[in-house]
Amino acid sequence: MKLINFFTNNSQAMLISVGQHIALVLVSVGIGILIAIPLGILLTRHKKIAVYVLAVAGMVQTIPGLVMLGFALILMGIGTLPALAVLSIYSILPILRNTYTGIIEVLPSYKDAAKGIGMTKSQVLFKVEFPLALPAIVSGIRISAVYIVSWATLAGMIGAGGLGDWIWTGLATYNTDYILAGAIPSAILAFAFSALIGLVQKLITPKGLRRNA
Amino acid sequence: MIEFKNVTKRYGSKTILHDLSFTIKTGEFVVLIGPSGCGKTTTLRTINRLIEPKPGTVFIDGEDVTQQNAVELRRKIGYVIQQIGLFPNMTVEQNICVVPKLLKYSKEECDRIVRELLALVDMPYEENAHKYPSELSGGQQQRIGVLRALAASPPVILMDEPFGALDPVTRDSLQEEVKRIQKKLKKTIVFVTHDMDEALRLADTIIFMDGGHIVQMASPEEMLQNPASKVIKNFMGKHMNEDGPVAPLLAEEFMKKKVYKVYKSAKTLESIELMSKRDINSLVVIDDDDTYLGTLSIEDIKARGKAGRSIAELINSETMTVGRKDDAKDALDKLLSSTSNYVVVLNDNRTVAGIITRTSTAKAMGEALWGDLSA
Repeated sequence: MKLINFFTNNSQAMLISVGQHIALVLVSVGIGILIAIPLGILLTRHKKIAVYVLAVAGMVQTIPGLVMLGFALILMGIGTLPALAVLSIYSILPILRNTYTGIIEVLPSYKDAAKGIGMTKSQVLFKVEFPLALPAIVSGIRISAVYIVSWATLAGMIGAGGLGDWIWTGLATYNTDYILAGAIPSAILAFAFSALIGLVQKLITPKGLRRNA
Repeated sequence: MIEFKNVTKRYGSKTILHDLSFTIKTGEFVVLIGPSGCGKTTTLRTINRLIEPKPGTVFIDGEDVTQQNAVELRRKIGYVIQQIGLFPNMTVEQNICVVPKLLKYSKEECDRIVRELLALVDMPYEENAHKYPSELSGGQQQRIGVLRALAASPPVILMDEPFGALDPVTRDSLQEEVKRIQKKLKKTIVFVTHDMDEALRLADTIIFMDGGHIVQMASPEEMLQNPASKVIKNFMGKHMNEDGPVAPLLAEEFMKKKVYKVYKSAKTLESIELMSKRDINSLVVIDDDDTYLGTLSIEDIKARGKAGRSIAELINSETMTVGRKDDAKDALDKLLSSTSNYVVVLNDNRTVAGIITRTSTAKAMGEALWGDLSA
């Protein structure tokens, strides 16, 4: 009861935080998409380099979020910008990996047929490879978004705003109400993003592929 | 016309194609066949430059393919690959019209092409055009694959084992359709297969390859008769006889062995009695040592015979005979050209082995095709 009272009393501020949080996720995942998809496609054209790039990206992913945020704090100071930078970097890998494998795994016979009937390289990419890899790419985006929802709470530590603020305040003052005011909405957000992107994924999957999915 | 001139292909130190030179005439159905790794697919793919034919040249209607833009070249050449060449993200209609669209045909034109082509293979437009490949059977998918290759009316179509993954019944009907379409639309088709049945069925000319060389380039008939090598012979398998080219059919395979014979010493009435009992109208007459003398027909007895007399002077020695090991074709020629209803088949020692009649011929044919019919 006490918690509900707390939530209703602070609903205005919480909504603002939710909004900030969503913005953080959207912007950083958006940046991640803009970097990862073209890079992933590029890597499928240079498979030898791809091995190294994916290995490095995988390594970056294993660096704990707090450490990365610490670096960002040192390099870029406090605020939204360093947080966005860190979150964007984290959002890249799942999308990059799924773009790469999604396109690589398009059956060679489709590519052979596409080339053999006279498609240019970019037509093969945009008419055949990309549409067929799209479900995999979107599933990468989904993984990324769910990650970033939770990681964005960490970013509150360096003053990025969002739901992380509540959690950090709660932790600093031993106030569970504050902690839950950050944790519950961010958990719900994670679910919401996952469900929403799952829906998008279904919608954009080429009809001919849906049966096999 | 497609002309290969000294086409050689090497990957590292391995030579895949050895100095190939040959010509495919316009409107010809050419089948490339050979054991796996013989270079047949590589040869096919040099035509639309999926593999560069260098050193050497491939000319299509006198134009060097390597001097043309590869993408534009391919749009002028139909291409069908094994099984899953249809794009799963496109409908039947979109798949068929991929090339016309690349060539910037109008929407109406594309629509007309799709309707026309679907009608060609008896797949109604309303029912099929908007389906996705995954909703079609394997045979239907490959029909669409063939139609896609036809869509922009290319004069040349390349097919790389298009029916390899289909069940025998479906494959049969698709082979028939492709052959029909090729004749109707007068396409030049280059077709890769490892199935000799398919090659014999479809080809005007078969090119047999082995180890990157052309072993033989010949019509199916000629290849069956004079296979140039042991490998080809093995490939022909059941189409070949073990000890030679096509097994010549022997006269004895067409004869019936049950023959009514009389000795020349028999009398006329006795012979008539025998014929009427057996419900036949002629007999084979043999000498005392069982060798063949001639035949005796009921007409001859009626015309010239006298009761109680020997049949010796009535024997017709003009009935055609063949040896039992003679070519059956000779026997059939004789049967068809003579006025008599049968040809007598003799053993080496001139005794009677049997007779070939129209009925026995039909029966032998039937047995060759469908097995024992004696029941």
